[in-house]
Amino acid sequence: MIAKYALRFVSLGYLAVLLVAPIGFVFWQTFEHGVGPAWDTVATPDALHALKVTLILTAIAVPANTIFGVLCALAIVRHRYPGAGIVNAVVDLPLALSPVVVGLALLVLYGRGGWLGGHGIVFALPGMVLATIFVSLPFVVREVVPVLREIGTEQEQVAATLGASAFQTFRRVTWPAIRWATLYGVVLTTARALGEFGAVSVVSGRLAGQTESLTLYVQDRYQSFDNTGAYAAAVLLALLALATLLLMTRLKPNEGVQ
Amino acid sequence: MAANADILPAAPGARRSLAPGLSIGISSLYLSAIVLLPLAALGWKAHGWGAISTPQATAALKLTLELSLVVALVNAVAGTAIAWTLVRDRFVGQGFVNALVDLPFALPTIVAGLTLLALYGPKSPVGINAAFTRWGLLLALLFVTLPFVVRTVQPVLFELDREMEDAAASLGASRFTTFLRIVLPSILPAVLSGVALAFARAVGEFGAVVLISGNLPFKTEVVAVYVFGRLESGDSGGAAAASVVILSISFGVLLAIGALRRWVTRHDR
Repeated sequence: MIAKYALRFVSLGYLAVLLVAPIGFVFWQTFEHGVGPAWDTVATPDALHALKVTLILTAIAVPANTIFGVLCALAIVRHRYPGAGIVNAVVDLPLALSPVVVGLALLVLYGRGGWLGGHGIVFALPGMVLATIFVSLPFVVREVVPVLREIGTEQEQVAATLGASAFQTFRRVTWPAIRWATLYGVVLTTARALGEFGAVSVVSGRLAGQTESLTLYVQDRYQSFDNTGAYAAAVLLALLALATLLLMTRLKPNEGVQ
Repeated sequence: MAANADILPAAPGARRSLAPGLSIGISSLYLSAIVLLPLAALGWKAHGWGAISTPQATAALKLTLELSLVVALVNAVAGTAIAWTLVRDRFVGQGFVNALVDLPFALPTIVAGLTLLALYGPKSPVGINAAFTRWGLLLALLFVTLPFVVRTVQPVLFELDREMEDAAASLGASRFTTFLRIVLPSILPAVLSGVALAFARAVGEFGAVVLISGNLPFKTEVVAVYVFGRLESGDSGGAAAASVVILSISFGVLLAIGALRRWVTRHDR
C-alpha cells in the first residue's frame, strides 16, 4: 500500500516539478495584471508580423505534408518495390535529427556556393518553409501506416472487382478508414510546424519584422532583456500548444489509461 | 461479355489503390528533394576530421553524450514509473495527467526553455538558479524527452496479462521480485526503445537548451549549440563536420531501434 502511494507521489511529483510548475509560473507572471497588459505586449508590429510568419509557414507545411503523408503511407504499405525499406527509414529521419543539422543542411544546399545556391531561398521565407516541411514531415505517414496495415486490402479488392476505379476505391473505401489517423497526424504536424525553432533559426537570418517567426521572436525578446514581451509571446505559443494537446486527447485512440 | 470485361479489371491488384506509380513516384521525389538532397549536400561539405578534433568540439561532444546518457537513465526510471502510475493506479485527475504527458511534444522547445528559466533561473521565486549550469541543461533535456518512455511503455503495460503476476504472488514472490522477474522482461523492449528515442532527442536538442545553457564553451556548450556557434562565426566547414557526427549518432540510434523491433516481433510470435 505504501509502495503504491510512494510511486504515485514520485511520478506526479516529477511531472509537477518538471512541467506544471514552470508553465504555471509563466502563465501567472504573464496574466498577473490581467489580460489587457499581456495583450498589449503581444500586439506590437514585430510580434504580430512574427505571428503572421509562423502562420504562413504552418499553412504551407501542413497541407504539403498531409498529401505527401497519405501518398507515402500508401507507397509503404500497399506496394512492393525495390527501395521500399529505404523510403520507410528515411521518413523517420526527421524525427531523430537535430533541428540545427536540418537547418545547416538546407543552408549548405541553397546558400552561397551551394549546389542550388543563389535563388534567394535561405535567409528568406522559402528557406523557412523548407525547414518547417522537413521537420514536420513524418507525422502523417507514421499515423496512417499502422491503420493501412490493420485494415488490409480485402475491401479494396472487393471494390476493384466490382469495377471501382482506383480513385473511387480510395475515396469510398480507403479514405474513410484512414480519415481519423490522418487528422491526428495533421494535428501533430501543426504542433511541430508552429513550434519549430532550431532549423528555422539557422536558415532565417533572423531579420526582425521580416524573417522572424514567433519562436524566434521569443528568443529575440528574451535576449534583449524584454522579459514581458518574451513571456507574452511564449504564452501565446503555449496556448496554441494547449489547443493542439486538447485536440490530440480527443482524437487519440485510448492507449492504456485505466 | 462486354459488361463482364468492364467489371473485371484486366490485371487484378493493379487497381487496388491509387496507381502505384503515382504514390511511389511522388513520395520518393518529395523525400529526395526535401530530406535527402540537403543531407547529401551536408555530407559533401563536411570534409576531414580536423574540424571536430578541436578541444572545443570534443568537449561539446563529450558533454552532449554524457548528458544524453544521464537523460536516458533518468527517463528509463521516471518514464516507467509514470507509465505504471497511469496504467495500474487509480486517482482523480488521471485523464488530465495522461494528457499532460504529451505536453512536451506539443510545446515549442524555446517556450520549454523559457519556462524553465523563469522558475529555475536567475530570477527564480523558489531560489534555485540552474541557469548557465549543467543542471539547467539536464532539466531542459528531461523536459523535452519526458514523453518517449511513458508513451512506449504504457500500451505494453496495458496489454500485459496480470495472471502471471497473480500466480507469482500466490507462489510467494514479493512485489519487487514479481516486478523484476515477470513485468520487467515483458516491458524491457518498450523501455529500451523509448530510452533510445529519448537519447537521440537529447543529443540533437537545441531550442530548449539555447537559453538556459548560456553556451559557455567547455562548460555548458552542447554539440547542437556548438554547430550553431560555428555557423555564426562563418566556419560552415566545422559546423558541417560536427553535424555529420550528430547525424551518424541519430542514424545509429534509428538502426538500433529498428533491430530491436524486428527482434521483438520475431520472439513474440
